[in-house]
Amino acid sequence: MTTTGLLRDGRPGVFKKMRANHQLDEHGRLKHFLSIEGLPRDLLVDILDSAERFAPVGERAVKNVPLLRGKTVVNLFFEPSTRTRTTFELAAKRLSADIMNLNIEASATSKGESLSDTLRTLEAMHCDMFVVRHQNSGAAEFIARQVAPHISVINAGDGRHAHPTQAMLDMLTIRRAKQQFEGLIVAIVGDIAHSRVARSEIQALNTLGVEEVRVVGPKTLIPSQIEALGTRVFHQIEPGIKGADVVIMLRLQQERMQSSLLPSAQEYFQAYGLTERRLKLAASDAVVMHPGPINRGVEIDSAVADGPQSVILRQVTHGIAVRMAVMSMAIGTQVIAGAN
Amino acid sequence: MCLKGGHVIDPAAKVNEIANVYIDNGRILAVGRSPRGFKADETHDVRGLVVAPGFIELSAHLREPGFEHKGTIVSECRAAAAGGFTTVCCTPDTLPVIDNASVVEHIKQRAGRARAARVQCLGALTRGLEGQVLAEMRALKESGCVAVTNADNAIADTSVLRQALAYAASCELTVFLRPLDYWLSIEGKMHEGAVSTRLGIPALPEAEEVIAVSRDLTLIEETGVRAHFCRLSSRRSIALIARARRAGLQITADVALANLLYTDKDIGSYDPNFHVYPPLRESKHRTGLRAGVRKRDISAICGNHEPHDADAKATPFSLSAPGMATFDTFLPAILALVERGVFDLNTALAAITQAPSEILDLGCGSLSPGLPADICIFDANFEWTASAENLLSVGKNTTFLGQSLRGKAMMTLVDGRIVYRHDGK
Repeated sequence: MTTTGLLRDGRPGVFKKMRANHQLDEHGRLKHFLSIEGLPRDLLVDILDSAERFAPVGERAVKNVPLLRGKTVVNLFFEPSTRTRTTFELAAKRLSADIMNLNIEASATSKGESLSDTLRTLEAMHCDMFVVRHQNSGAAEFIARQVAPHISVINAGDGRHAHPTQAMLDMLTIRRAKQQFEGLIVAIVGDIAHSRVARSEIQALNTLGVEEVRVVGPKTLIPSQIEALGTRVFHQIEPGIKGADVVIMLRLQQERMQSSLLPSAQEYFQAYGLTERRLKLAASDAVVMHPGPINRGVEIDSAVADGPQSVILRQVTHGIAVRMAVMSMAIGTQVIAGAN
Repeated sequence: MCLKGGHVIDPAAKVNEIANVYIDNGRILAVGRSPRGFKADETHDVRGLVVAPGFIELSAHLREPGFEHKGTIVSECRAAAAGGFTTVCCTPDTLPVIDNASVVEHIKQRAGRARAARVQCLGALTRGLEGQVLAEMRALKESGCVAVTNADNAIADTSVLRQALAYAASCELTVFLRPLDYWLSIEGKMHEGAVSTRLGIPALPEAEEVIAVSRDLTLIEETGVRAHFCRLSSRRSIALIARARRAGLQITADVALANLLYTDKDIGSYDPNFHVYPPLRESKHRTGLRAGVRKRDISAICGNHEPHDADAKATPFSLSAPGMATFDTFLPAILALVERGVFDLNTALAAITQAPSEILDLGCGSLSPGLPADICIFDANFEWTASAENLLSVGKNTTFLGQSLRGKAMMTLVDGRIVYRHDGK
């Protein structure tokens, strides 16, 4: 006698797959903003359009709108940050929200409080939104799964995974400079492996339909199978930025300049630094971007950073408008629904 | 005792038929015809059920002593019995580590009290599993350890590893090797590939294991130690081991259930229950592992039972403790693989009964007359839903929670004594 027939067909369970985009509510509207991955093109365009509407607010004498009046936003930073935290704070204030800054690194976790307990405590204070930065990839996703259903979570950078608001402000900068995404060649140069900015930018650029996304760097700084995210890999900068419409330089962290990844900052600059001479290889109207803060003379020459093709400071300005857009979309859905 | 009318599958004895099993004095008396003059004191009607040798787990983290909030010897041995296991091998990564006879004594004593699955101890290869000083292997052997291992702790210093293998060889101890390159395995939390790149999680390259397999094979040949490779995860490791076996090296290998079931894609969006070591790799590796089981280059399958408290998994992926609790759900998962045609039931049962017994020379894993009556009687079609309430392990860290499963141990016997009986509901 054989064993066939011992098992009935249609075994349930074991291989079942579950996946849903956690960021959208049942109407496909933005509930959390955790990652660019899985978001439809229309939604990204909505964010950009909304940011365009918010951009003039910062130029007025009275720089706020009452969209989020009465809402409480918590900047929940587990990792030190000045610029990102400040722009989120400004964005929240311009939307008339109450904002509270919590530097968790220095308080709760050092007392041994678990992340879940910290979240419970904050929830008890009736907050409406958490803006989260954490050193571990997936932390924002984790927090979004933990919080009460009325709370929105905005990822302000998690480990090496995602920094979606940075990517969207870069997209706004590109759209303003180039009017459209179709046909663009975008080169991202530097430490791709450790960069959450690069990952989010790659996803946003591909979703918005650019011609080609290139990543440029030595093998030690290019992660395994990055091609699967929709990129072309270059290990030399000259062919990598040749003909590019946009060149995005990434910051090289101090601790990686002399390590098993790279021999020295000087050698890195010689091999991958963006100089005026190299920039001539890109399209004649190419723009140069950098998420900041810049290491002058390491990834970029001062002449380029301060030169006519640089849009680095515009990125910072756009950061506030994009964050206002995302915050108002995420918790403003009830406000808008109420106004209608 | 007589188990009447069940479908007996005993790969070691090449039995696969409806037959009665007769048990006397804790041992198998006969399979098939009733021995002359034997009168069973009790008879169990097991028609429609499979009667197999009890399963043997080669890697069980029983968590006691030291981590009783994750599981105790009593709780985990009962979960094991409910899953059809009759022998579980306790890994040495307890606190204190199983690197001296007193810890072995303690565990054996507690296990005796559990009156559930039998516990065998795997002793430490180095003191404190620190990879520097050899553990007292002779004393460990005398106290009953069936093998020695450094568990998941990579030994950085290759000369220490070489001496440890040589010393184990002179103690005539089997060494369980989880091949790991210390330096390549420090930072990573998942397999290096497209998924780790997408998720931005520090990655473990395939080389962390393959390099170590090559190194270990060389050292095994040189020292002549009897070695078993644990929980292989890369197809290139399988190829290396198959080649060494063909060349005549006496080595064996196992694979963990999770690596047969899943790939790195299942981590999806950071589900900490899929955070396991060895890491889940790409599907080409899973395909290679499955083929390795079919070809018997990997002769054993382990559950690698690692129960955790809820807090250990209630955290972002990289910060979560690795491991899955597998005792309760091992059988339905194995049966699902059989149904998918990954391997046949006979191969699967051989890999969890006969093979582990042979690897450790335990003298069980079969229903041959004279052997201890360690038996698992299971219903291959019993449907149930895994829940925090019905899983006996303290660790609810399983990917199956809330899922409907098919297959359940209905009765488990150790030394002819019923240590688990399902209520049939």
